[in-house]
Amino acid sequence: MTTAETPFNFFAVSYLTRIGNQSAGTIGELLQGLQQCSDASIFHHTFQTLGEHHFLTENFSNDFAQWAMADANRNDLGEQLASLDVRDYVSIAALREDLCRMVGDFCAAYPEFASQEALERFYFCESVEVTVPLGLQARTLDEFRQGILRLSHAGFYFHFISSRLRLQLQTNDFSHWLADSLGLETLAESFNHIDIYTNTLESTRAKMLRLIDRERRKS
Amino acid sequence: MIDAGISSRIPLEEYARLLGQGEIEELRALAKPLRGRSIEMINSTAVGGGVAEILCRLLPLGEELGLNMKWDVMTAGEDFFEVTKSFHNALHGAPYHATARDFEIFRAYNERNRTRLPLDAEFVVIHDPQPVALIEARMNNGNHWAWRCHIDLSRPNQAVWDFLEPFVAGYDASMFSSPEFARNLPIPQYLFYPAIDPLSEKNCELKPEFIAGVLAQYNIDPQRPILTQISRFDRLKDPVGVIRAYRIVKRYFDCQLVLAGGGAPDDPEGAMVLKEVLREAENDPDIKVLDLPASAPLEVNALQRASTIVIQKSLREGFGLTVSEALWKKKPVVASAVGGIPTQVIHKQTGLLAHSVEGTAYQIRFLLSHPEIAAKLGESGHQHVKENFLITQKLKRYLTLFLALAAGK
Repeated sequence: MTTAETPFNFFAVSYLTRIGNQSAGTIGELLQGLQQCSDASIFHHTFQTLGEHHFLTENFSNDFAQWAMADANRNDLGEQLASLDVRDYVSIAALREDLCRMVGDFCAAYPEFASQEALERFYFCESVEVTVPLGLQARTLDEFRQGILRLSHAGFYFHFISSRLRLQLQTNDFSHWLADSLGLETLAESFNHIDIYTNTLESTRAKMLRLIDRERRKS
Repeated sequence: MIDAGISSRIPLEEYARLLGQGEIEELRALAKPLRGRSIEMINSTAVGGGVAEILCRLLPLGEELGLNMKWDVMTAGEDFFEVTKSFHNALHGAPYHATARDFEIFRAYNERNRTRLPLDAEFVVIHDPQPVALIEARMNNGNHWAWRCHIDLSRPNQAVWDFLEPFVAGYDASMFSSPEFARNLPIPQYLFYPAIDPLSEKNCELKPEFIAGVLAQYNIDPQRPILTQISRFDRLKDPVGVIRAYRIVKRYFDCQLVLAGGGAPDDPEGAMVLKEVLREAENDPDIKVLDLPASAPLEVNALQRASTIVIQKSLREGFGLTVSEALWKKKPVVASAVGGIPTQVIHKQTGLLAHSVEGTAYQIRFLLSHPEIAAKLGESGHQHVKENFLITQKLKRYLTLFLALAAGK
């Protein structure tokens, strides 16, 4: 079995949600908020919230889409916002640009709806991230499998989804290490194809373990 | 100084069985840098109400992780609790004319407690407005003070809030149950959810024969639908509105209503509201108004588990932990879209929200007609609580806060 020179270090992660000063009562105000809020706020309402609600595999994508549908009563805009896949983004700036474009286009097309009061306001929040080493390392595929099994949901999400913002690459910590340190490009790529919007984190993890087991049987 | 009694220790491994080993290992990793460092929690009552209940469970868990945590309760006379109950209602938006004497009583008891309590921990967490003025005892020793507000401050009585705000501004951080409750403060404001303990007597699994026994004890028919609201007898929980919603449902379904709750020592209004509820019930044999003692967690657990639908028709709400309790038990919930409730009940995903007596009745009728949808909502609700509103998540948020404060984040 191949042993990597650089180990994979598993992390424990936790987030505090910091309540911001901005809120929106209309879709027009949502657009203003999207243009002005911090990167930590965009991260919170897209990347972070998807992780917190991973068990909802129907009609849940991000807070902006949920608010547009449930509170602003605009399913058309909500559907568009929900179609954004956070894994397409390696920077918050690009994600913000697309969010603003979608909401901006809607406001331009339907100015009468842009100023309509929603049932509840949207409150912009931010994520404050705290990470500590889990004290767990992997140098082989077997050790890596053990680590995946022992990760919490938050830790799993941190390494698998939000890592692309850190790496600035269309990949994740797991795939990055598998390809770079163990030379398992195909396995790394197959991890990237798992659909996190129609899977819970548990079913994603189970798929990953099956893929690892298939790889182990090859050797 | 009164040291509040805390629950017996439950090994963390017991939680691992429910949540997975990974969640517990993560807690241990986050707690490691905080081991041995002192943490003091302070509130105003040792029994009754959600805060005491949470602290009762949080401390033993903290000890399991090697944290040096303690819980102190401020002491005060009835005059103080009369004032703070009025403050509580006023902060929720009820009309109230605060007098100079009220403020004087508030200050005096806080001052007395400042000399009684040690208040020297590295991390001091003050719960709710009653002990908020303890901040004036803050020592210049680099310790960190955080204020945890469990109530809805979205539309507070201005005079009461103007009085409290300067105290709050002296803290390093504040925590609210919903973004809507946050105020324009010069300190960071964090979202902190209350939590339930899945292994407590109120939430643990029960044997069917025990549940049957409780139903028999209160003459509740297990064969007909049971609608339940568990809450203190408090006007803000709108028990009278629940009865009115039940009467609408009753036209279509032969159901029963259980209104069960107990009082807390810092709630002098309870007896009065209970009388109003009994008057509204008009001796309907299918309405069971149960004035349970604060220490009846198993009965509450059994009533929730026996329910067909759980209602929480609050007019204002801090968070409404009874909602999480019901969702944990996979019960379909119909609740008001107020306070922290929409955080727990994501409409059509983990329960149904309503905005009126009629709306509440309609949603109940819908779920009674569609038990398969009710079951799905209950299942998603259970997952939602598991991820976000369990005591282990609560402890994790505190650990994160302390780490962030210590790191100057």
